[in-house]
Amino acid sequence: MLRYTLKRLLQGIVTVWFIATATFMAMHSIPGDPLSSDKAVSEEIRRNLEAKYGLDKPILEQYAIYIGNMLQGDFGISFSQENRSVNDIIREHFPVSATLGVLAIAFAGAGGILFGALTALYRNRLPDIVIMFLVILGISVPSFVFAALGQLALVNLNEVFDATVLPVAGWGSMMHMLTPSLVLGLGTMAFLTRLMRSSMLEVVNSDYVRTANSKGLPPSRIFLKHQLRNAILPVVTVLGPSIAAITTGGFVVELVFAIPGLGRYFVEAVQQSDYTVIMGTTVFYGAFLVFMVIVVDLLYGLVDPRVRLE
Amino acid sequence: MKAFRPVRAWRAGRASVGDGAVTAAAGQGAAPLHQSASRDLLLLAAAGVAGLLLLMWALAWVTEASGTGSADAVDATTGTITLALSTEPPQLDSTRLTDLVSGRILGHVMEGLLRYDENNRIAPGVASRWEIGLTEATFHLREDARWSDGSPVTAHDFVYAWRTVLDPATASEYAFILHPIENGAAINRGEAPREELGATALDDRTLHVRLQHPTPHFEKLMAFATYNPIKEAFREGRQGRYGADAEDLLYNGPFVISSWVHGASLRMERNPHYWDQDRIHLNAIDYAYITTDVNAVLNLYKDGKVAIAGLNAETLEDALQRRWQLKRFVDGSVFFIEFNHRPERLTANLNLRRAIQLVTDPAELVYKVIKLPGTLPGESIFPVWLKGVHGAFRQEYPAPTHPVDIELAREHLARAATELDIAGAWPPLVFLSGDNPAANKQAEYFQEVYRARLGLEVKIDRQIFKQRLAKMTAGDFDMVLAGWGPDYEDPLTFGDLFASWNENNRGRYVNPALDSWVEVAQTSPAPRDRMEAFAEIQRIIHEDAVVLPNYESGSVYAQHPRLQGVVRRAVGTDPDFTQAYITGTGD
Amino acid sequence: MAAAALSFERAVAQPEAEVLARPSLSYWQDAWRRLQANRRALVSLYIVLALLAFTVVGPLLWRVDPSAQDLDQISAPPGADRSAEIVAPHVPWAGVTMPLAEGNRLAAEQLTAPAELALADPANTQAVRLQWQPVPGASGYRVHRNILHPAPDDALGLPLADVLQPGRVSFEDRLDIQPRTYYYSVSALDQDGDVAPAYATLQVVAKRVITGAEAVQRGLVETMEDAALGQRVRLRLHPFGTDYLGRDLLARLMHGARVSLFIGIVAPLVYVFVGVLYGSIAGFAGGRADQVLMRFADFVVALPFLLFMILFRILFRIEGGDDGIAPMMLAMVLLSWPAAARLVRGQILQIREEGYVGAARLLGAKTNYLVGRHMIPNTMGVILVTLTFAAPAAIFTEAFLSFIGMGVAPPTPSWGSMCNEGIKTMLTHPHELIFPAVFISITVLAFNLLGDGLRDALDARMRGRGGE
Repeated sequence: MLRYTLKRLLQGIVTVWFIATATFMAMHSIPGDPLSSDKAVSEEIRRNLEAKYGLDKPILEQYAIYIGNMLQGDFGISFSQENRSVNDIIREHFPVSATLGVLAIAFAGAGGILFGALTALYRNRLPDIVIMFLVILGISVPSFVFAALGQLALVNLNEVFDATVLPVAGWGSMMHMLTPSLVLGLGTMAFLTRLMRSSMLEVVNSDYVRTANSKGLPPSRIFLKHQLRNAILPVVTVLGPSIAAITTGGFVVELVFAIPGLGRYFVEAVQQSDYTVIMGTTVFYGAFLVFMVIVVDLLYGLVDPRVRLE
Repeated sequence: MKAFRPVRAWRAGRASVGDGAVTAAAGQGAAPLHQSASRDLLLLAAAGVAGLLLLMWALAWVTEASGTGSADAVDATTGTITLALSTEPPQLDSTRLTDLVSGRILGHVMEGLLRYDENNRIAPGVASRWEIGLTEATFHLREDARWSDGSPVTAHDFVYAWRTVLDPATASEYAFILHPIENGAAINRGEAPREELGATALDDRTLHVRLQHPTPHFEKLMAFATYNPIKEAFREGRQGRYGADAEDLLYNGPFVISSWVHGASLRMERNPHYWDQDRIHLNAIDYAYITTDVNAVLNLYKDGKVAIAGLNAETLEDALQRRWQLKRFVDGSVFFIEFNHRPERLTANLNLRRAIQLVTDPAELVYKVIKLPGTLPGESIFPVWLKGVHGAFRQEYPAPTHPVDIELAREHLARAATELDIAGAWPPLVFLSGDNPAANKQAEYFQEVYRARLGLEVKIDRQIFKQRLAKMTAGDFDMVLAGWGPDYEDPLTFGDLFASWNENNRGRYVNPALDSWVEVAQTSPAPRDRMEAFAEIQRIIHEDAVVLPNYESGSVYAQHPRLQGVVRRAVGTDPDFTQAYITGTGD
Repeated sequence: MAAAALSFERAVAQPEAEVLARPSLSYWQDAWRRLQANRRALVSLYIVLALLAFTVVGPLLWRVDPSAQDLDQISAPPGADRSAEIVAPHVPWAGVTMPLAEGNRLAAEQLTAPAELALADPANTQAVRLQWQPVPGASGYRVHRNILHPAPDDALGLPLADVLQPGRVSFEDRLDIQPRTYYYSVSALDQDGDVAPAYATLQVVAKRVITGAEAVQRGLVETMEDAALGQRVRLRLHPFGTDYLGRDLLARLMHGARVSLFIGIVAPLVYVFVGVLYGSIAGFAGGRADQVLMRFADFVVALPFLLFMILFRILFRIEGGDDGIAPMMLAMVLLSWPAAARLVRGQILQIREEGYVGAARLLGAKTNYLVGRHMIPNTMGVILVTLTFAAPAAIFTEAFLSFIGMGVAPPTPSWGSMCNEGIKTMLTHPHELIFPAVFISITVLAFNLLGDGLRDALDARMRGRGGE
């Protein structure tokens, strides 16, 4: 177990290095640079700016400096937010994105398992049909459409009650978190519902459930102990990739709901060719995802006795 | 398959049990199972909801620090207004100011020697009196002008700030605006030490400035944020973080920044040390939301959370249905199609440019595509609000115009084809454009116009901001959608744009005649001579089809009926809430 | 269940029950049969085929240029009225100027409402020309336009312009005039530009008009001779309405489908192909090479997909005029192949160890035979399923990139970019959002259900089970 964990961690570190290198290469092959601006500046000023950000050095040296700084946990200074370090930006804004992501995952997971179980129980009856219809909507409508519609719904809700039932945008209180995280988790929730439903149906057909049934166990016990527990396992496996999808896919929601998350900074940085922020956030997100996948894999080994970690 | 009877299913063996068994379960054993299971599920769901609420509460508690409130748009009891900001200011060091949002914030928390009043006239700021001559100026600073730490604002603070702006090590993009000061340009190029700047503090409260050459608009420049004072001791004490955060700034304006949560909110509160307290009515201006999404801001406005929301052509009808009081504002910028005049480009050919000019219809663009009132069809690179000798420049010197004439345009195109030796179809022209929705829409419109009216194929090259600039500078385009906002209130801010030495002349238009008129406009002390020069520049730009003016941009917005006294202006702090107040009624 | 299962009765011998009733079917015949039994998957298959027909055959039947702009019908909903009257081309209007009345300039509160507010010319969609009597003491006028009557709460509507030329008492409105009823209000301004509370309102019904030249240009009439002034013509038909530049939505949907389906089908095809190749090489090679190859695939999987999609999208920037489909595909292929590679490698490793492969080997089967007879058919199912599930993901990715402004280059339409444009006008012109959104939804849904069906049909373990 320990050996396996160490091995995975080592692989993870190499992966992060790979991500860092790929990002660096991508960034430096992109035409246009963060120093071009609306007002043309003189050569002298441009040279000074290049020196400030170390852009005047040969590319390999820049790479060495970049990797060296990264090893010390220093992502450099932002080009567009001139006096802020990328570390500051990540430290201040990642918690927001993470909060949103965790909540969205929680919503998606809880909703997916609950609705999946419901649909399987009421197979081909009204609750199943209604929920599956909603699931189909959830899978087939792009997230940005959901976000826009969700906000519009809030406006109308508040208008009907003539009071702020739920805030339309912004961040800070519990109420601010509700709608964006629901919107963000919706697609994943639909996906998990479908997964849960089919895995429930498979479990219903399994020998051990039939055995339990014929043994005359109370249905409630069968449901909780045999069906639900076994059906949840496949859902846990996809949680890892889902975390990836949700945390990086959050910027639409962050934009629409005016949430100060990291995703928004990334998109803005791309627009501004802000090298350091792009590289910093990409590497950070990459490392985060790699770490999350390792954690989920380890957890899975703990949850499911059948899985043995090599 | 579903037709299997259970009896047969058993006998038919393992292979086909699956579905049959499920059907049986659903048919007979199901009712008790899903009743009790539903109860379990309900319990589970309740536990889940409780868990989620707990999680949310915990997360809210942990991340509380970075929160935005949900106050009402205007609050008369606390004298607070709440607004949304499109983007966060990159930083608030006035020496390196480049963007409008920073300019807007600085306009509230800082004060230069002079300022614009509510009728957009120059008014005293830190300077109570001033004399400006042809080649020198003297400013007398008021006694009661104070920094937010209580210390007085002195002439030395201005000298320090100006030297810092011009110091090449600062790499200020707006340093050019200080070039009228003696040696300013030389210092900026690194050819003179910063101490040789022609601005000296005669004593703490007298600032003397020598000018490089007569600068008729120097008075107006004094209201520009790059000319703001900075206290040397404070800036040097911040170790390069000056302007990065609320506590990294020293204020001398009507407001101070009381909190700045990056990416989330920026709150300004009344500055108790400001000398002219009577002018301020609000206690706080709270930019509680930062988002570029105009629809989000509009939704916040509908919800009564922000006091101002911009509208676009798509949302106008909704606003009218809601019976909002709408306002209109001309923001002063001019947008145009800039040709690439580099000799190797097709667009260096005058007949081709003329042909394109003759089929371009700014009125159609504005009335059918942009559809925003306040936006005016472009006729000249000098917008209508600029002042001339006595009245408006454009009324004194009307811009030359031409009707849309497709026949004539085709003649010019044919002539251009002969001159350029093009037989058959024209090679496609590259039309560089930004990637924002408005630019897209216009680029698509023009593409179709040139195809339908001239048979010219135009390829849209859509680039993000920095890459578009890089391509413009490199000359990698035939036509580009460009715009120019005024830096100061004088036609020169537009007039010198196409001088051959101007780095912003990205189409590299070179015309000695135009250059000589720009020189006249820059140095001549007589207003009439200068305006004549601008009129000549206006004529040349039209006749030579240097650029094709598209429109003068305007905006429409909804403002909370109880918020009054907001000043909008094309040059300077906009919108200016310094003198805004909240009325008792209004709805 | 118990009741039924326990009701034993003496069974009558049924010899036919022992007979193998199923004809011998090949793997693919069997899969096809099972797919046919799955009604939802079958319908989805037909929908996908219909969508393909929509893109391929559609433009042949509906020959409207998707980039032609009908500026007379901007954002027109389906079924809008199309009749228009032919008028002369617009000529600039000098306006009405009256000599300034002598007298003091008055403050805003003292200014009266302009008298005799009237139309100078009949109102039409080309221009609305207003004129009024001068207000004593006024320095100018402000003109508002509304779509509702301003009373009772004085909501004057859209501030069109300030008329500030000395003595000018007229205004010409040309801003986006639709054939509908407008309420124009005019109020006087004082010297400081403050507006008087008193106003006069005029109700105006604008008629839809078109000039003869435009009518000929758009093919509504044959020649200029046919376009007599005052004659009524019918504007172009747009069955699904038009977009923000007056372009035909049906034609754009058809052409947009090309982009969306192309990306949805071809991109996955390419990267699944690359993945299969890579995965089977790794799987066959085995050992050290396999380890190295798969580690590299792991690295690529670890790249944050959307972030790199955006990076690559800029990296393979669009040259002027390029529609940007190729760079997007390239980025997608570069990032997405490892999933298929891992899957195929796993399958091949598994199949290699299967008893039947061993048996075939023992019988002297050649590698060619093994690959052709066992490897390909047994991995094909997985590959097909991956393909169908990759299609919706690719379509969503394209839509998402369009949303943040990094999709295909204009004027090439794609459903994603159309959706994104539609969101802005969601409230006033919902058809611009609904049509592309519905098309995306249907496509994504069809591919999903088809994938489900295929998975069930191809999964050997599912043999013998119908449906789910």
